[in-house]
Amino acid sequence: MIRYAGVRVGLGLAQVLGVLGIVFVVASVLPGDAAVVIAADDADPGRIAQLRETLGLDRPLLTQFGDWLTGLIRGDLGTSAISGRPVADMLASALGPTLTLAILALLVLIPLAVALGVAAAVGRGRRMDRVISGVAVAFYAAPEFALAIILVAVFAVGLGLFAPTAVGASGPLLMQPELWVLPVVVLVIRPVCSLARLVRSSMITALESEPTRHTLRLGVPLRRVVWRHALPGSLTPATQHLARVTDWLLGGVVVVESVFALGGLGQVLVSAVSSRDIPLLMGLVALFGSITVTVNTIADIVAFRLNRTAGATA
Amino acid sequence: MNPVHRSILSSTPGLSRRTFLGLGAAAAGVMLLGACGSGETATSATSIPRDGGRLRAVFAGGGAQEVLDPHKTNLYADVARSNALYDKLVEYGDDLGPVPRLATAWRPNGDATIWTVELRPAVFHDGRPVRAADVLYSYQRILDPKNALRPRASLEVIDIARSRAVGDRTIEFVCARPCGDLANVLAAFGAYIIPEGTTDFTAPIGSGPFTFVSFEPGRSFVAGRFDEYWDGAPHLTELEILTAPDETARINSLLGGQVQYADDLGVTSARTYETDARVQILRSPRSSMSGFAMKVDRPPFDDLNLRRAMFALVDREELVSTVLGSSGVVGNDLFGKDAKYYAGDLPQRRLDLDEAKSLIRKAGAENLTIELQTTGATNGFVEAANIFAEQAGRAGLRIDVKVGEGSTYWTRTLDEGVLSSFRSGAMPIETHVAQRMLSTSSKNYTQWRRPEFDTLFATASETTDEELRARAYKQMQSQLYTEGGLLVWGFSDGLHGLAPNVAGMAQNAPSNTLGYARFDKAWLS
Repeated sequence: MIRYAGVRVGLGLAQVLGVLGIVFVVASVLPGDAAVVIAADDADPGRIAQLRETLGLDRPLLTQFGDWLTGLIRGDLGTSAISGRPVADMLASALGPTLTLAILALLVLIPLAVALGVAAAVGRGRRMDRVISGVAVAFYAAPEFALAIILVAVFAVGLGLFAPTAVGASGPLLMQPELWVLPVVVLVIRPVCSLARLVRSSMITALESEPTRHTLRLGVPLRRVVWRHALPGSLTPATQHLARVTDWLLGGVVVVESVFALGGLGQVLVSAVSSRDIPLLMGLVALFGSITVTVNTIADIVAFRLNRTAGATA
Repeated sequence: MNPVHRSILSSTPGLSRRTFLGLGAAAAGVMLLGACGSGETATSATSIPRDGGRLRAVFAGGGAQEVLDPHKTNLYADVARSNALYDKLVEYGDDLGPVPRLATAWRPNGDATIWTVELRPAVFHDGRPVRAADVLYSYQRILDPKNALRPRASLEVIDIARSRAVGDRTIEFVCARPCGDLANVLAAFGAYIIPEGTTDFTAPIGSGPFTFVSFEPGRSFVAGRFDEYWDGAPHLTELEILTAPDETARINSLLGGQVQYADDLGVTSARTYETDARVQILRSPRSSMSGFAMKVDRPPFDDLNLRRAMFALVDREELVSTVLGSSGVVGNDLFGKDAKYYAGDLPQRRLDLDEAKSLIRKAGAENLTIELQTTGATNGFVEAANIFAEQAGRAGLRIDVKVGEGSTYWTRTLDEGVLSSFRSGAMPIETHVAQRMLSTSSKNYTQWRRPEFDTLFATASETTDEELRARAYKQMQSQLYTEGGLLVWGFSDGLHGLAPNVAGMAQNAPSNTLGYARFDKAWLS
């Protein structure tokens, strides 16, 4: 177990480093750079050349990457090419909203998806199952921005139950449910559907397996069989899917942040890429990379514990 | 000179999504009509200004990368913050002519190489007076090539090393060459006055109507009333400038009462809420010019026949009604409609397919495929390009629309390709010509280089004789009209939303002029 975890963590670190290198190269070969972006429609070539020099973009790529890595080792993420503010500060202020939303979304998502999946599996083929499965497929097909716009129109602008956006809000997001209820609902709807379907199908397999049927024949109550015997084993695929959902949530769902003006990591990512702000982008990649690797490592270890033969498939 | 309408950081560009957002806005509108049937008693703005209150305004903004350095002003949110904290010497009025601000008078010597500028009595937020030395420092900072600041191109006619303070409130500007209209230079985009020695903008000090309170980039900027403001203290106690890159978020925050001003709305939202009691629509007329730039120095557009064919085949009415909705007027292939010196007497061009076909034949371009470069990052570009390509098809010309990436669009289309989507914010015709139409212009998107045209411009910009200048502008525009490479099909209004209780906003100010994004005369009733 410990040896397995150690290998996973080491592998994760190597993955983060590899991704950093690749992203740096890809970002560098994108057409244009921060100087071009600052100049925008004022594309005076002389001014762009001067900006490039001021920003140090005229140095060789390897030097730029080397400087950045040296900084990273000392715990310094550098400063944004566009705003000149420390990247760490910019990430810290965007991490709050994203983390809050992701955690709230997971708190709603996991129990709801498991409950729905189990209910559908136990009542498989009957009306309960058909309703849950039908609704799940329908919602899964709806894009987030469509859901967001409709929910805001009805519940915020129309009925005034929630704030339509987070424009002008201050203070921690967590303390202001009127700001986060709608975004969390939008974030949760699709993963609930996919996760519930996964739980349902592996539960069905588990319930129909010979050991489970035998346990039932021995007179153990259905409820106990479902929660104690069938569920733990059938959560393995769900755990790994959940890890991917978590990455997706932490990446900040760009559309949700944008429609609700939440200013989280997704927004920072969009602006870092479109403005060719390489220091900011690299900071984000380092953060995302670490989060992804951590979450997936945890998921693998959990899956390994739930079902020792599943470790290899990660 | 012309901040882009949708921020370059616009989150998710794409036609399909925008179209959907439009539908969403319409859906919200329908619900609203139901919801506010009984709420018609909405307070109409009273005519007697009322003091106090906090006005919150939301702009497109640049997210976490925003800064408070007024000389780096780029997007509309920057303009709003700079207008709150700082002043310029001169501003553009509704017709893009000069309006005195910190400067009260500007007088040239005989050959317009030296200008004497008088300052009004005004104070910075920390109580220090605004002096000639502050003006010189601000301009030095802008003109230092190392700083690579945007207003530099406009101010470069000033020889700052030889310019000097004659007294505390009198400056003598020496021009590198005769400068017939210095006021236009002093009003340049971003040419704000900061106190001498300023290098740090974390708690900025200016002479503007509001004083700095707090700033969280990408979220909020708060400023308070400056009681000593030379133009009279604002009515508002506080002004908060917020940012949201998404237009849906801006209009929703206005509908939900979270803000009282929403900048830069789309045509669909404006139309949906025009008759809604919860929103007043404020227009910035002719804020933006829309067109296509043909490069006249290379095939196929080095052939005048083909350029004239393009002028004849474009259906301006169709473009304006489809792309700009009700918020625009047709153009006549010239920049600066309704601005000072605009050649409004040239005949309005109309669709003439027969003429276009015969010109295309003459140019031998029947089987030609021309690539049109555009980008999804600027609102309306792709739509206009597709419609234009279809119109060209009716005249037998094949235009292939190529949608490129937004961040580097302006640099790329400056010298690559032959035909590209083009737009520009409002600015004086002089600035437009200086930056885009001269042999030496750094942003010559049509590659229009004519020595005789340059000479005309030199005459216009160096003379102090108003009549001579007007004549020269007329001649220049007539050349551009007949032979130029800029196809201007429309001018659109900037569209903004106001809460019903906001009054005192300038009603006819194009973007980038004195009345735009200024809240010192506004009040909440």
